[in-house]
Amino acid sequence: MRVYATARTAFKALRRNPMRAMLTTLGIVIGVGAVIAMMEIGAGASAALKKTIASMGANVLVIQPGTAASGGISFGAGSTTNLTPEDGQAILRECPAIHNATPMVRARTQVVYGNRNWVPNAIYGTTPAYLEVQNWSLLAEGEPFSERDVLNGNRVCLLGQTLVRELFEGASPVGKNIRIKNIAFRVIGVLSSKGANMMGMDQDDVILAPWTTVKYRVTGASLSTSNQSTDSTASTAVNTLSNLYPAIQGTLYPAQNSVQQTDNPMPVRFANIDYIMAAANNSGEISMAIEQITGVLRERHRIRPDDPDDFNIRDMSELTKTLSTTTALMTNLLLAVAMISLVVGGVGIMNIMLVSVTERTREIGLRMAVGARGSDILRQFLVEAVVLCLTGGAMGIVLGHGGSLLVRLLLHWPVETSPTAIIAAVLVSAGVGIIFGFYPAWKASRLDPIEALRYE
Amino acid sequence: MELIKLRSIEKTYQMGDISVPVLRGISLSIQQGELLALTGSSGSGKSTLMNILGCLDRPTAGEYWLEGQETSTLSTDERALLRNRKLGFVFQSFNLLARTSAIDNVAMPLAYSAENLNDREARERAAEMLARVGLADRMDHYPSQLSGGQQQRVAIARALINRPPVLFADEPTGNLDSKTSEEVLQMFTRLNTEDGITIIMVTHDPQVAGHAKRVIRLHDGLILADAPAAGSSPKTSGDAS
Repeated sequence: MRVYATARTAFKALRRNPMRAMLTTLGIVIGVGAVIAMMEIGAGASAALKKTIASMGANVLVIQPGTAASGGISFGAGSTTNLTPEDGQAILRECPAIHNATPMVRARTQVVYGNRNWVPNAIYGTTPAYLEVQNWSLLAEGEPFSERDVLNGNRVCLLGQTLVRELFEGASPVGKNIRIKNIAFRVIGVLSSKGANMMGMDQDDVILAPWTTVKYRVTGASLSTSNQSTDSTASTAVNTLSNLYPAIQGTLYPAQNSVQQTDNPMPVRFANIDYIMAAANNSGEISMAIEQITGVLRERHRIRPDDPDDFNIRDMSELTKTLSTTTALMTNLLLAVAMISLVVGGVGIMNIMLVSVTERTREIGLRMAVGARGSDILRQFLVEAVVLCLTGGAMGIVLGHGGSLLVRLLLHWPVETSPTAIIAAVLVSAGVGIIFGFYPAWKASRLDPIEALRYE
Repeated sequence: MELIKLRSIEKTYQMGDISVPVLRGISLSIQQGELLALTGSSGSGKSTLMNILGCLDRPTAGEYWLEGQETSTLSTDERALLRNRKLGFVFQSFNLLARTSAIDNVAMPLAYSAENLNDREARERAAEMLARVGLADRMDHYPSQLSGGQQQRVAIARALINRPPVLFADEPTGNLDSKTSEEVLQMFTRLNTEDGITIIMVTHDPQVAGHAKRVIRLHDGLILADAPAAGSSPKTSGDAS
């Protein structure tokens, strides 16, 4: 009852001078409006930024097979052959923090079209999911290969922009055949340009093809042919007329004829792949994703609790760090701007409240003469300041939200409505009212009624 | 019944190093139902005495008993409560809140009273008070729409809203013409005789003092004369010093 009556008195007092009340709140209106608009536009910008950095692969995890060693000699990361495409499927199926996974086979060999040839950075054998993992789904031309192409080992491929330039001199390659190690691949699509990655490697200098095709037709690597430590997937059987570099070691044993091969088949236990690329749902879930993948793979590979992993997982921690620092920087910047505008608004409120106390000295004296205590006067002026600030805050929210909507409609900037910003703005504007309203209210409550009544 | 009793009240203002004595030992007693005028030339201390009587100020020395309660030792908040419950004030310049209707002006002191009336009761009480001062048809007028006499009547209604036993009037007719002055003074007389409210007026106008039943004349901080006004029924028992 008391609070309600005080609030009503405050409203009445403010209504007695509506113009001044309006001008006073303007500071808070602009302050809160700026905060809301900045927060919403900033949140949109921050989300867009996150997306951009994520497209650079911040959420991508690379799972490599472990290290093979023989007689104390380590063959380096990825030298065992224990990672299978089924591992990739299991990761996708059993890890909730992973939204995509694709097996990868990598080759590096000569590519020929007509009278031109080129050795791309990499020929990746993969699945259509690779494009999603890399945020690369938008093709410049044609269309991606399908799961069916992967299952059939079809000879189709997607070309990077660099290859289009080098092999086709910019003409459209779609529908043409290129040769990789004497195998004809039909070009069905062209990747959009991606530029260099952070290490300066040209990401457009690639060919994407179904991993089955690359695995079985291009590298031809299987248990029977590969010695992991010396295996170079780069072609040693270039289509040359003369054997100019006879550095190829002769085989130790005489070549088997077809009957012998049928009699002694090399067992193919599984199709091993070079590595798996997986995409976490977002950068915050990367550590969770690593944990889940480790669990799944240890189980699939039947590793006992004390034994070390036979694989390793790399994340793009540098990118992730960039992402989090950028976001934090953005948020802090917005917060600083918000604080400044609110302090300015608060000082405006204090200013006007001080003027108001001086102007209404006689009223204060009268109220004291009829029985108002100091605390009554203090409360009245404090409530007035808070009412001013809250009204300003409400108007500011409308203004800021409207402003950000306008920005979205007119400039097509990304905007995100942020309820936290609205709640914070209400709390802060009430806080500003109390903090900056306190001094004038305290001053009013300390007036001497006799002096105040005599004040002209 | 003795309403107010002062015993050798002194008030000294400190102006830097110089102390200025304004009241130099006032003793007087006021009965319930008196209509009293405090007069004196300017600087005689009548306003200071009125502030002390009105519990707006504390005496430097002496005792002030209001309805048997010693007030000179009360705290600021306690005096505020006392003013709210027992004292009403009417000022020379009316002191109405601008852009606030007459009825809201009258109801204003209720916000600080301990009675905690609700909205409707407060408005009813204010309307009743306005009717009593003859302004029942002006309830929703703003002060700027009222004449000086009407404004002073609103101020009287406001002073009476908490039903105080004492009403203080500081030069109540100072801003009014002679005709409206007469009206206001007649209203005081009526309130005094009909409702038994003790009224203490401060004035330098002998005409106004003439309406009082008892006139106390101050000079240099001392009571110079304390006598029933001419033409009024004597009802004094003041001990002039």
